[in-house]
Amino acid sequence: MRHAAGLNTLYRALEAVLVALHPLLRWIGYQRLERPVAALERPLKGLLFDCRMCGQCILSSTGMSCPMNCPKNLRNGPCGGVRANGHCEVRPEMKCVWLQAVAGAARIPGGMQALQQVQVAVDRRLQGRSSWLRAVRQRVGETP
Amino acid sequence: MIFEDEPVPGYPLPIRPGHTSPGRFERVLRAGQFAVTTELDPPDSADPEDVYRRARVFDGYVDAINATDGSGANCHMSSLAVCALLTRVGYAPVMQISCRDKNRIAIQGDILGSAAMGVCNVLCLTGDGVQAGDHPQALPVFDLDAMSLLETARTLRDEHHFLSGRKITYAPRVLLGAAENPFTHPIEWRAQRLAKKVAAGAQFVQTQWCYDVPLLRLFMRHVEELGLLDKVFILVGVGPLRSAKSAEWIRTHVPGVHIPDAVVSRLAGATDPGAEGRRLCIDLIQEIRTIKGVHGVHVMAFRQEHTVAEIIDRSGVLNGRKPWYPGRDPPANTDRMAS
Repeated sequence: MRHAAGLNTLYRALEAVLVALHPLLRWIGYQRLERPVAALERPLKGLLFDCRMCGQCILSSTGMSCPMNCPKNLRNGPCGGVRANGHCEVRPEMKCVWLQAVAGAARIPGGMQALQQVQVAVDRRLQGRSSWLRAVRQRVGETP
Repeated sequence: MIFEDEPVPGYPLPIRPGHTSPGRFERVLRAGQFAVTTELDPPDSADPEDVYRRARVFDGYVDAINATDGSGANCHMSSLAVCALLTRVGYAPVMQISCRDKNRIAIQGDILGSAAMGVCNVLCLTGDGVQAGDHPQALPVFDLDAMSLLETARTLRDEHHFLSGRKITYAPRVLLGAAENPFTHPIEWRAQRLAKKVAAGAQFVQTQWCYDVPLLRLFMRHVEELGLLDKVFILVGVGPLRSAKSAEWIRTHVPGVHIPDAVVSRLAGATDPGAEGRRLCIDLIQEIRTIKGVHGVHVMAFRQEHTVAEIIDRSGVLNGRKPWYPGRDPPANTDRMAS
């Protein structure tokens, strides 16, 4: 997560662009956009974050480290089983997602405060859907 | 400590002002006593007597007994069932809930059911991965995590509705607990994580085994700096080690358990390593109890449960107090049953 700050800036910019495009997106129709945008989002975020398409992205609150890569799907911080070498309890060959999240958050302005936000239970119905479109609609005050 | 309204099995105690549960464990904590909890190794059996036999070894030395929920991802009698048996005779169990095996529908149902059967304490855990246990082929659920589980339990209790929004007519009045491991990475963030759990609803916390007091002191300093000392009761995990060999095995095979070299060599140099392990545990308890903000110890003596009474007795932390157990008091107060 050495690039957490850069990625975060990029992400904020993308969000601003999408929010600005909201009237256009609404004109085209969010339902109609769902599949093409999700199809774009999947490979792009897959490449950058190993994204699992949970459909309710919280990367900006997790130091740009995708928490759904945690084998326990932890969205609120590391478990107590982190190994002495900083690797995962479940998959010993993998670095703990949350150690990377905490390191990433330290590089983002406000990142550590964002980590403190309690993330409520995931809505499993959103799996595979675009979280970009969802974020824009939430941002402009619509119910996604 | 004797409460004037000691429990009659099956009948809840009155809830005191400022308390969230009718439980004896919460009363001990809020009265400022040094609390002792322990863990019952759940049987691989359907015989209730196996549970009672395992509970009786703690009689007079513990304030609450944790009923583990498939700990280490191994299959045993369920925590809900162990709790149901324990509450029948008046013990104060802490029901552990792991997110590994059940989704939010099952978990919320269990919280209601356990409270209905007299469980007053619930410990919200994420749980070990299935790879750690005897059924690695199983589907790991992890629908919730420890944090969203705490939040869920608090919603049931304080807002009287399910996550779906549907109303609950009688809320589960339980004290909510969480686990924390001050001894593993990211060390600097562990107290923050506790703060997050407190924000999500944790009222007490039981830590991982502590064999490194300086690390615990560091954690407690962070906890104090975050202003959490009066917001959460902290019980520090302790336990006797059998030998240097077993300490070595635990620290290499059980993720998240940190045992310093000094501890291993102390055991290695002892003529009776078992006795030395208990002595070490007593020393740790006596040192831990002096740390500001520590409200008790959680004794995890896996497969050595019979040593808990001796360890607590010799540590002197109960100060002459004799925690309630079935049959502690002469049957003079049975008339209260009528009310």
